[in-house]
Amino acid sequence: MMALEHITLIIGSSLILLGLWGLITQKNLIKIVISFTLVDAGIHILMISLGYLKNRTAPIVDGTIDNAVEQIVDPIPQAMVLTAIVIGLGITALMLSFVIRLAKDKNSLNVSNFKDLKW
Amino acid sequence: MIKKLTFLALIAGFGYMLWTGLAKYNAAESLNRISSYYAQDGLEEVGAANLVTAVVVTYRGLDTLGEVSILFLTASILGFFLVSGKGPKIPLQDSSEILKTASKLLEPIILLFGIYVFINGHLTPGGGFQGGAILASALILAYLANPKEGINKSIFRITESISGVVFILIGILGIVLAGGFLDNRIIPVGSIGDLISAGIIPIIYIFVGMKVGAELTSIVTNLKHSPKNNVE
Repeated sequence: MMALEHITLIIGSSLILLGLWGLITQKNLIKIVISFTLVDAGIHILMISLGYLKNRTAPIVDGTIDNAVEQIVDPIPQAMVLTAIVIGLGITALMLSFVIRLAKDKNSLNVSNFKDLKW
Repeated sequence: MIKKLTFLALIAGFGYMLWTGLAKYNAAESLNRISSYYAQDGLEEVGAANLVTAVVVTYRGLDTLGEVSILFLTASILGFFLVSGKGPKIPLQDSSEILKTASKLLEPIILLFGIYVFINGHLTPGGGFQGGAILASALILAYLANPKEGINKSIFRITESISGVVFILIGILGIVLAGGFLDNRIIPVGSIGDLISAGIIPIIYIFVGMKVGAELTSIVTNLKHSPKNNVE
């Protein structure tokens, strides 16, 4: 039987694999950055679904919740993902700025043209 | 050909690794010890209806401080990287009439929504980072609608610095008046579910929201102000 958590686990894992494939095969620097954000999003979905508990609701205690311990899902993975999203945004912005500088130096976005560190 | 096969084998291997880890996964039936502590005693200790906010701002407040400083570092490195070069000015085009008119209508609504999201961060899904991102989207919309006017960057720099300093000062006040760094009980916790409750969480989130909004706006304007690339 396919439960809710399995669906999200499959979506998260396939996003990670897709992003990994992009990281390995793509030559365009912008596409490599996009692949990285795909891996990032996949990891976030995996973490959220690992914090899911069967038949429970969001960790927000309002009038409908009498006994929080019995009724809410784990709040810690959600807080961790909130942190991870912001850090992922910072890393993506930094990578894009590097891409801008690299493109300005070499006049190209193809990663094969950057051979300065090869020997 | 061999290269592609290697790639496929690599991806398949990684997929198999994920599969073995997750195939027999079943969602747990009950909270683990630390989460059930947060769910049980967190309500009285922190007073925030949104337990995620309680974890982010109070129990793991140091993580959030690190997160805020990472954003600050990103904004400063971007400014350092992109503004330094000298290049020809980009000829700016006037934006279309539709964008100008729509932005005048939408900006106040988006700003109000962003402020709502970070003031209600302890009650509903939302908080300083999300609200700050919404604020930044309104400011960037204003910038896109009138690209020739430009943006006064010193306002953002001042907002950012003041918010960061206030965040840390509130944390230090927690050491003096309550249990420790970023303890939220320096003012009464109040009753759960009220707008003014949860101690200092709403105050911290207001400053985090202003800081994140200013930082994201300056990141985007830095990306836009960068010297023209010679890429065709």
